[in-house]
Order: sequence, then structure tokens, then C-alpha cells
Amino acid sequence: MTVYLTRKCEFSASHHYHNPAFTAEENQRTFGKCNNPHGHGHNYTLEITVKGDVDPTTGFVVDLKKLKDIMEREVVEAMDHRYLNHEVPEFKNQIPTTENIAIAIWKRLETKLNVAKLHRVRLYEMQDLWVDFYGEA
Amino acid sequence: MKAHLTRRYWFAASHRLHSEKLTAEQNREVYGKCNNPYGHGHNYALEVTVSGPVAQDTGFVMNLPELDQVVKEQVLERFDHQNLNFVVEFRDVVPTTENLCISIFEILKRKMSGVHLDKVRLEETSKNSFEVVWE
Repeated sequence: MTVYLTRKCEFSASHHYHNPAFTAEENQRTFGKCNNPHGHGHNYTLEITVKGDVDPTTGFVVDLKKLKDIMEREVVEAMDHRYLNHEVPEFKNQIPTTENIAIAIWKRLETKLNVAKLHRVRLYEMQDLWVDFYGEA
Repeated sequence: MKAHLTRRYWFAASHRLHSEKLTAEQNREVYGKCNNPYGHGHNYALEVTVSGPVAQDTGFVMNLPELDQVVKEQVLERFDHQNLNFVVEFRDVVPTTENLCISIFEILKRKMSGVHLDKVRLEETSKNSFEVVWE
């Protein structure tokens, strides 16, 4: 029987939205306040959902400690208290929107998550705005 | 790559649950306090989920101000601080949260362009919520 398990963590980071292929006016029109050149920040909440069968010996879908360690190492250490545009390699040539951050987190975890199958990355930029990514092409 | 974006909004409205197809006694039995003649109100939390490919040039599924504008013009301005029983959508329909959720889904489905409307979720109170999913 498949069970879904979700683990939550938080990180704080700054970013700004800017596409160098756009003119200054296009950037301003498309991204509004998010285009302010020195950036702004959020407290992000990340929920990672994994799925799998319940192990008959442990009663676990996943060893939570291992999942937590992977999330800490691959996401929180890389992104917490960072300026995403300048300090996280994925965003050197890509705008760090909530959509793109969720996809980047999926890619980071997908290869490293050897303890369970990744089902969903849910990233809250704030309480009233979030993105879900299921690895869909 | 396809991502799903959810935005949460709030509006406040009153309603009375009363069906013309039922007797006064049946209405009281079915709807209980919700049948009180002068109605009552809720702060509704509305979650709208849209999906689509993340655009290469913007990094967005949908530009948020566009989504906000559609929801504001089509839903919030229609229902916020209204007595739902007097809103045209509920002239012949009981304004349960199920029917309100369906109504909002239908309104947004007509108005949404360039993205797929996945889901409308409506919380009547923190203890009960209703969802209409595109199927």
C-alpha cells in the first residue's frame, strides 16, 4: 500500500527578477517590484513529499532523519541566507521565480534522494502563494 | 517543465441555506442553524490553482498580477461583502459552499486564458473546505 509522507523545512533568501534579454521597461512591466535591482527577501517554506510502501520491519515509508539530512544538505545549506541570483548556480542564467526554485529543488533532490521516491516539491514563497512541482516535463 | 501555482484570497459574505423545494420543517432539519431566517456570514478563503509550462523568458506559469486581476474582477468584486442569496448566481440555487465553489470554478474557467485551471478550493471555516477539480 502506497503511503505519502511530507517533511517541511524553512529557509530565508533574497532574489530579484530580471531578464537581460528584456529592455529596462519590459523588465519593469513584467516583474514590477520584483525587478528592484538590489533584491528583496522571503521566508520560504519547503514541503517535500515522498511516496512508497511501508517497510514491514520498521513501519516507515522513509527514515525521516535521512530525509531531513538530505533536505538540509542539498537545499537549506545551499539556499538559506543567500542571494539566489548571485550565490546559487542554477540561477546564474535563470530567473529565481518560485516556479524555477521548485524545479531546481526537485532536480537537486531527485538525484540525491536514495531513500525514497520523490512525489512532490511544494514551495511556499509566502502563506498565500505556493508552487507545486511533480517532475512533469 | 510544468508547474502548478496556487494563490490564496479572502472574501467575506453572508448566506442563508434554504431550499424552496423543502418544507419549513425539512429546511430546519436539513440546514439547522444555517437556516436561520436572517442568515449569517463567513470569511471565505479561496485557493485558485493554475498550471502550465514555466515560460523560459519570465520563469512564470502565469504573471501573478494577471491572476490577481481576474480573481478580483470576476470573483471578489462579485461576492465580497454580499449576501449570497441576493447574488444572481444563487437566485435559484442554495448558496452552500459546494455551490459557491462550483460557481467560482465555472466563472474562472470561462475567464482564464493561457493557463489551465486545475482546482478551486474554498474554506468556509478553518474546519471545512470544498474543492472542485478539473476532470
